Amino acid sequence: MAYLEIKGFKKSFGNVSVLKGIDFSLEKGQVLSIIGPSGSGKSTLLRSLNFLETPDEGTMTLDNEVLFDAVSAKSDGEKVLRNKRLNFGLVFQSFNLFPQYNVLKNITLAPMLLLKDKVKSYKKELKADKTLSLKQRKEKINKYKKEQKLFIEQNAISLLEKIGLSEKINAFPCELSGGQCQRVAIARALALNPKVLCFDEPTSALDPELTGEVLKVIRSLKDQDRTMIIVTHEMGFAKNVSDKIIFLYDGVVEEEGKPRQVFDKPKSEKLVHFLSNLNEKEGEINKN
Amino acid sequence: MEFTEILVSLGLGFLTTLNLFAITLCLSLPLGLIITFGLRTRFKPLSYLCSIFVWIIRGSPLLLQLLLFTILPNTVFGISNKEIANFFNCKVADVYFILVCAAFVINYACYFSVIFKGALDGIPKGQYEAGKVLGLKKGQIFSNIVLFQLVKRTLAPVSNETITLVKDTALASSFSVFELLAITDSIVNKFVTLTPLVYAAVFYLVFNGILTLLFGYLEKKMSFYKE
Repeated sequence: MAYLEIKGFKKSFGNVSVLKGIDFSLEKGQVLSIIGPSGSGKSTLLRSLNFLETPDEGTMTLDNEVLFDAVSAKSDGEKVLRNKRLNFGLVFQSFNLFPQYNVLKNITLAPMLLLKDKVKSYKKELKADKTLSLKQRKEKINKYKKEQKLFIEQNAISLLEKIGLSEKINAFPCELSGGQCQRVAIARALALNPKVLCFDEPTSALDPELTGEVLKVIRSLKDQDRTMIIVTHEMGFAKNVSDKIIFLYDGVVEEEGKPRQVFDKPKSEKLVHFLSNLNEKEGEINKN
Repeated sequence: MEFTEILVSLGLGFLTTLNLFAITLCLSLPLGLIITFGLRTRFKPLSYLCSIFVWIIRGSPLLLQLLLFTILPNTVFGISNKEIANFFNCKVADVYFILVCAAFVINYACYFSVIFKGALDGIPKGQYEAGKVLGLKKGQIFSNIVLFQLVKRTLAPVSNETITLVKDTALASSFSVFELLAITDSIVNKFVTLTPLVYAAVFYLVFNGILTLLFGYLEKKMSFYKE
């Protein structure tokens, strides 16, 4: 069984059916790129993986655990949902950094808040141990908190180093360029160490000269064997970085395969049309 | 009556004004936020109910609401304010003060709720979604991500309302609340002199001046980031 398996994802909004039965699978450490024209359901699919949308039908299995089953999804409480969400990270097209926090706090905010729950369960654990006095328990908890906080901060600092923004640690998002914002957003998602990291058109909101730095960071993540799913319009990048490509058209997987096969020997007419359209546009831009 | 005597009386009246102002502000801001949640809830009956309530309160004069609130116990329960005072062993003026406070709190909460609603509607959905995918609870998203942006966005309109509130407290003078204007009025009538009116105006002006400076300071403090 594959690491990530999606089966029969269907989703409609009112009368509009956006996903019409999507199946795909992905192995651990591989990179999947989802391409397709706008309105084909790429973003909805990605948002479904991150539990921002609830598919009407279908199942999702990750690492031998059934994460989603449309039949039983409604009975999931908020807490269960939150924990499932943490299997995935999502980097948005529009970054969605928190404007009132500096770069470090943007990255550490969620881990610090999640730590509160961890401390609570640790407290319970200690309480069950009758051999400990109240004072000993308190000392242990304080020590645990200190260690965890230090770890979260160190982790954030090393992530900043990886994305090459160490000197911006105290800067606010409004003081950064779009490319820098997106790199911070990637670090923020990585801080929770998700099993699968998703990108929703990560370079679409950027000036062309800034896309390179973001793509470079994503590529470096591939070199570290991160499992990733990327919705993108950067065909050159998709071809280079992906292990697998899915071409989505009108809510179904129209074609899938290895990058070479999909880009160089497309079988589906729609894909041929889509690719030649893109090439034409690029040609026009180059002419101008 | 000597100048200092007048000033002391006015000062005491101003304390009551300040009291009314502070109580109204401290209670109407959180109540306003609660009404905002009511306005924005997906549970339609509740949001309609809140909309109608806000419409009634914002659509009718504050003076009329004050009048209604002060006669409310008598008309609804048939208990006079004096009987309430006797029951709780306090002055009749205190009963009036509490009823007037209640009217002020509800009136201002409705105005604040609309201000908050506008600001919340303007906060990008992506902020909530970013919080969600980071595994945060709804409450955590609100208190750690949204609230600060809400305060920043609403600072200017809230300062407007606050300054209006300072002046609106003078309406309470018609309902046995001996705040600044009521005391001024009594001195004016007793000694047939108009100067206390000028003093009272200075009190209001100075207080509003301080508030303006305070809000300006807060705005500056929060301008360390742009959205």
